[in-house]
Amino acid sequence: MATTVHAEAHAHQTNYMGVFWWLLGLTIAEVAVAYTPMPRLIMIVLLVGMAFTKASMVALYFMHLKYERTTLMLIALTPLILCVFLALMLLPDIS
Amino acid sequence: MSEAVAMHSAADAAESPLTPESWGKLGMWIFLAADAMSFGGLIVGYALLRHASAQWPNPAHTLGINLTAFMTFLLIVSSVTMVLSLSAIQRGDMKAFKKFLMLTILGGLIFLGCQAYEWTHLITERLPEAGLSFTTHLFATTFFVLTGFHGMHVTGGVIYNSCVLAAVSRGRYGPKHVEIAGLYWHFVDLVWILIFTFVYLI
Repeated sequence: MATTVHAEAHAHQTNYMGVFWWLLGLTIAEVAVAYTPMPRLIMIVLLVGMAFTKASMVALYFMHLKYERTTLMLIALTPLILCVFLALMLLPDIS
Repeated sequence: MSEAVAMHSAADAAESPLTPESWGKLGMWIFLAADAMSFGGLIVGYALLRHASAQWPNPAHTLGINLTAFMTFLLIVSSVTMVLSLSAIQRGDMKAFKKFLMLTILGGLIFLGCQAYEWTHLITERLPEAGLSFTTHLFATTFFVLTGFHGMHVTGGVIYNSCVLAAVSRGRYGPKHVEIAGLYWHFVDLVWILIFTFVYLI
């Protein structure tokens, strides 16, 4: 039993501090982008790109999604797909 | 009797063919997917109302992003301490586990304090000055519902983590319960990363 637990912990060994520095760096970059004058479209693309990168890093490494089976990945992706669908279905209402 | 005990411990790693991880972990993931839909609905609603509105305030000017950037930093740090407390309890290092989980709880509490300060400041000074009170502009409603819903999740997470800390101290909870609590806490952090971008920066 003890060896199983140890092996499992070893398999999940991620460089958590490395992930932390990435998250911190991207947060600083986001704030810098928000303060820098630039065309609105470029700003939105940059900010959304960085936000989704950070969110994926949290899910993949902190929530160990990278090491889980595919079913959990599918469960996690479902709301994302449905939200895109929701936004597209509501767009005709406002334009 | 001994057979039942042996079966129980054998069932610990994979409780059924359906759940190689555990029922608790699968359940938490399904709950988080449903919860993500609630947040998704609120964020999509915010984005569409903003897009449809002729006059929407610039959030960076109205809200101020320095304090919120610090709050984002706090949640990221508390996510790291959560994951470190999990790897500590998996190693069997109970002292480090307690230290890191307490830091996680502390991070959540400071976050809530910052949010209470920010809300007070906004409600009593900034929003009325900018003509954006509840009665005059949709901005106030969407902003407070979205950040309030998230703040309630942080409050829930602080209570949840405190309960886990108490239950582990009494020997009733083990590493797998800490992992499930961690999933919830990281999700709260993940959602804040998105709210910070969509509501404060864009």
